[in-house]
Amino acid sequence: MVAFINLGIVVGLLVLGFVVGGYRERSHLASLDRREAEMADIMVVNLARVPPDLHATAGTMVAGTVVVGSDYFKGFLAKIRALFGGEVQSYAILVERARREARLRMLSEARGHGHNLVINVRFEWSDVTPGFASAEVLCLATSLQVQPNDTIVRP
Amino acid sequence: MIIVTTESVPGRDIVGLKGLVQGNTIRAKHIGRDIGAGLKNLVGGELTGYTELLTEARHEAMGRMQAEAEALGANAIVNVRFTTSSVAGGAAELYAYGTAVVVQ
Repeated sequence: MVAFINLGIVVGLLVLGFVVGGYRERSHLASLDRREAEMADIMVVNLARVPPDLHATAGTMVAGTVVVGSDYFKGFLAKIRALFGGEVQSYAILVERARREARLRMLSEARGHGHNLVINVRFEWSDVTPGFASAEVLCLATSLQVQPNDTIVRP
Repeated sequence: MIIVTTESVPGRDIVGLKGLVQGNTIRAKHIGRDIGAGLKNLVGGELTGYTELLTEARHEAMGRMQAEAEALGANAIVNVRFTTSSVAGGAAELYAYGTAVVVQ
C-alpha cells in the first residue's frame, strides 16, 4: 500500500513537471524570441576593444543574471540519459533559456543607456544552489554608442 | 573558416562584424564509464572515459558555433572562448563562443 502511494506521488510529480514545466518552458522560449527581436539592432561581439574604424562614446558596464530551475520530468529524463550516455537534450534547453535570458537582461540595460554596440561579452556560470538542477548564468559586457551606419567596419 | 583565439587574424584585415556566435552541448557518460572512473579514483591517473567525453563535447560545440557563423555569412571567428558548466551531477556542458567576422 505504501509502495503504491509512493509510486502515485512519483507519477503525479512527473505529470506535473511534464504539463506545467513544459508549458512554462514554451512560454519562456516564446518570450525570449519576442524580446530578442526587439533587441536585434544592438550588435554584440566579444572583442575586447572597439574596432578602430568605429567612433564610440565612453562605455559603461552592463550585466544580466538569472537562475532557471529544471522541472521534475526533465530531471527524470536526464537520469535515464545518464545510464546510457550521450547528449542530454532536456538540460540543453534549460541552459539555452538561462543564457538567452541573462544576455537579454544585459541588453536591456544597454538599451536603457541608449547604446547600440556591446563589446567584450562574457558568460560566467555559478552554482549557488548545489543539489538543485538549475542553470545560473551571469552575462557581463561593456556597452557603447556608435554611429548607426557604422556597425560594419569597412565597406 | 578561420577560427582563432586572438582578437584579429594575423595578416588579414577584419572588414565586417557579424556578431556573437555560439555552440554548446551537454553530455553524460554512460553508467559503465562512471563506475570505471570511480574505480580509477581509488588509484589515481587519467580518467580516459571523461577525457574522451570532453574531447567529443569540444568538437560538437565548435561545430555548432562554426555552423552559426557560416549561416551569418562570416568566414572567420575571432576571440573564441570556452566555458564549462554543470547543471546537475553527471551532466557536463561545454560552451564555445566567439565573434563572427568577415576577413579579406
